[in-house]
Amino acid sequence: MRTDRFEAPDYYQLDELLTEEHKLIRDTVRQYVKRELSPIIEDYAQRATFPSHIIPGLAEVGSFGPALPVEYGCGGLDQISYGLIMQELERCDSGIRSTASVQGSLVMYPIYKYGSEEQRKKYLPKLAKGEWMGCFGLTEPDHGSNPGGMTTNFKDMGDHYLLNGAKMWISNAPFADVAVVWAKNEQGRIRGIIVERGMEGFSTPETHNKWSLRASATGELVFDNVKVPKENLLPNVEGLKGPLGCLDSARYGIAWGAIGAAMDCYDSALKYAMERQQFDRPIAGFQLQQKKLAEMLTEITKMQLLTWRLGVLKNEDRATTAQISMAKRNNVEKALWIAREARQIHGGMGITGEYPIMRHMMNLESVITYEGTHDIHLLITGHDITGISAFR
Amino acid sequence: MKILVCISQVPDTTTKISFTPDGKALNSAGVTFIINPYDELALTKALELKEAAGSGSVTAITVGDASTEPNIRKALAIGADDAVRIDAQPLDAFQVASLIAEYARDKGFDLIFTGRESIDFNGGQVGGMIAELLDWPSVNVINSIVFNGNKATIERDIDGGREVVELETPMVVSAQKELTEPRIPNMRGIMAARTKPLAVLAPSNNELLTEVNTLTLPPAKGGCKFVDPSNVQELVNLLHNEAKII
Ligand SMILES: Cc1cc2nc3c(=O)[nH]c(=O)nc-3n(C[C@H](O)[C@H](O)[C@H](O)COP(=O)(O)OP(=O)(O)OC[C@H]3O[C@@H](n4cnc5c(N)ncnc54)[C@H](O)[C@@H]3O)c2cc1C
Repeated sequence: MRTDRFEAPDYYQLDELLTEEHKLIRDTVRQYVKRELSPIIEDYAQRATFPSHIIPGLAEVGSFGPALPVEYGCGGLDQISYGLIMQELERCDSGIRSTASVQGSLVMYPIYKYGSEEQRKKYLPKLAKGEWMGCFGLTEPDHGSNPGGMTTNFKDMGDHYLLNGAKMWISNAPFADVAVVWAKNEQGRIRGIIVERGMEGFSTPETHNKWSLRASATGELVFDNVKVPKENLLPNVEGLKGPLGCLDSARYGIAWGAIGAAMDCYDSALKYAMERQQFDRPIAGFQLQQKKLAEMLTEITKMQLLTWRLGVLKNEDRATTAQISMAKRNNVEKALWIAREARQIHGGMGITGEYPIMRHMMNLESVITYEGTHDIHLLITGHDITGISAFR
Repeated sequence: MKILVCISQVPDTTTKISFTPDGKALNSAGVTFIINPYDELALTKALELKEAAGSGSVTAITVGDASTEPNIRKALAIGADDAVRIDAQPLDAFQVASLIAEYARDKGFDLIFTGRESIDFNGGQVGGMIAELLDWPSVNVINSIVFNGNKATIERDIDGGREVVELETPMVVSAQKELTEPRIPNMRGIMAARTKPLAVLAPSNNELLTEVNTLTLPPAKGGCKFVDPSNVQELVNLLHNEAKII
């Protein structure tokens, strides 16, 4: 078992921009990851299994909805704290961060934001503790980048709704207790509805043979005439802005998370380059390797600055969807590039499970696609600049 | 059970050590300070003892300037009920021990916990000195401690074996690795730490018994030399002329 010797780069003393509490939260999650997750993550990823025993620990360190209010059993922390938690979890593995993102931003957030007081009280405390796990059903087999075209729908049957359709690529689906599902009503309007495991006609087959996010469980949601109680409809939102609001919150977390994956790759590559000798000297002494390391650190520093500023804006409730898109797109792309460069620095060792590189690299291939693909985020920026949508 | 835990902060274990120009102190620029790992064990064990007793309190105490407060908050986040900072620059073991002993003297503590040593200067003296100043018994470098009423059964390593001692409160003990696993704060603890009391007290006196003359780094580690097993003459040569140990 490899001991986790991770040291985080902070080239511009950005720690000085954080409060003592931010640092305490970050260091706590880092310590938790080093002790509980790093020793096991590679094994679970290799076996394509989600380490479900870590759920209570993840909840303890505040991974589930840390920025939602204390009265619902959440942390009441600020957005930078939330970001730092995501960074540290993804430093371990994007799959672990995905589980936390989905639970906090895609399940708890919509219940808090769009739910009734009864729904908040019923679900949020249990979700914060990890007693219940949730998933978020937006994507469908025929509607990915274009979720507005969804066909999943429900009919008003008087005393209940009847839900039909299918969702695909749903993180946490195989073990989720509750699903926040987006579906069209009879008027064709998109509404959020909470579906619970055990409801008749609801099943969650697992998606196998992934080469990415192997330590996270992905599956389908199949609704075959599912009777959903009327009180499970999220009352306070209608239309695509419902799911998109959740995605803003999750994408913001991903922008931070990508820094974690990038830092882990960089740190591993730097240590490896200093220790690995070829031609009787450390490979870190060769210009080509230094170029890689120097550019990696430059990109990480830029990512850190970008997200910190975005966090400040988000704390002030001023971050726009387009700004979040830019950060998600930039940071994931750079993290993926850093993972590839780091992979080369590790030589042949880089493809093995002895080092986290290949796992991060494969994980990031999902991260660059989900929560809005790399292309779509660029088009969101393009739309924001020109006022002309190039994707609709 | 009323417990006082002595917390010092030390440079993070990955710090690249350098000294101030006069060579008398650590150059702390850019250094991250952490709770001394042995003190973290002491704190965790103190919390476990309080929980086992079902009642009581754990107070964390530090001798240090305001820069120690993030680590004191961490001690509160881990679970200490309250904290005290004696506002003085810690310069020698006697100074620290006497300030802590003075504070603790009339507070009715059952137990004062320290780490076996701080991992920066490795003096290992503070606990023993506190005990001496208070005229309490002390047990150093303990592996386990169990209370039955006011009587503690303590195990400690001795050369080639183990010693079991019994003593009554009040007492001073020092923690080492085997004692427990350090506790990681949880989010609830971090939130609670915001409002837990942290008293800052002026030092009652500031007497030092020692003074640092100079600090130097250990010599850089030389590379490894391999000698062919058949070439004993070269080995003797190297040990005699280069390493100069025979
Ligand atoms: C591991 C994993 C976990 C996931 N978890 C969840 C989840 O929990 N919940 C959920 O709802 N979804 C989830 N997703 C789904 C994810 O959000 C979608 O895969 C993503 O939105 C892209 O949709 P798609 O796969 O159908 O690709 P498509 O939309 O078919 O895109 C294919 C390609 O075409 C490009 N493209 C599409 N439209 C345009 C356009 N207008 N202009 C230019 N280029 C375009 C895209 O950029 C992409 O390169 C997950 C996906 C993965 C891989």
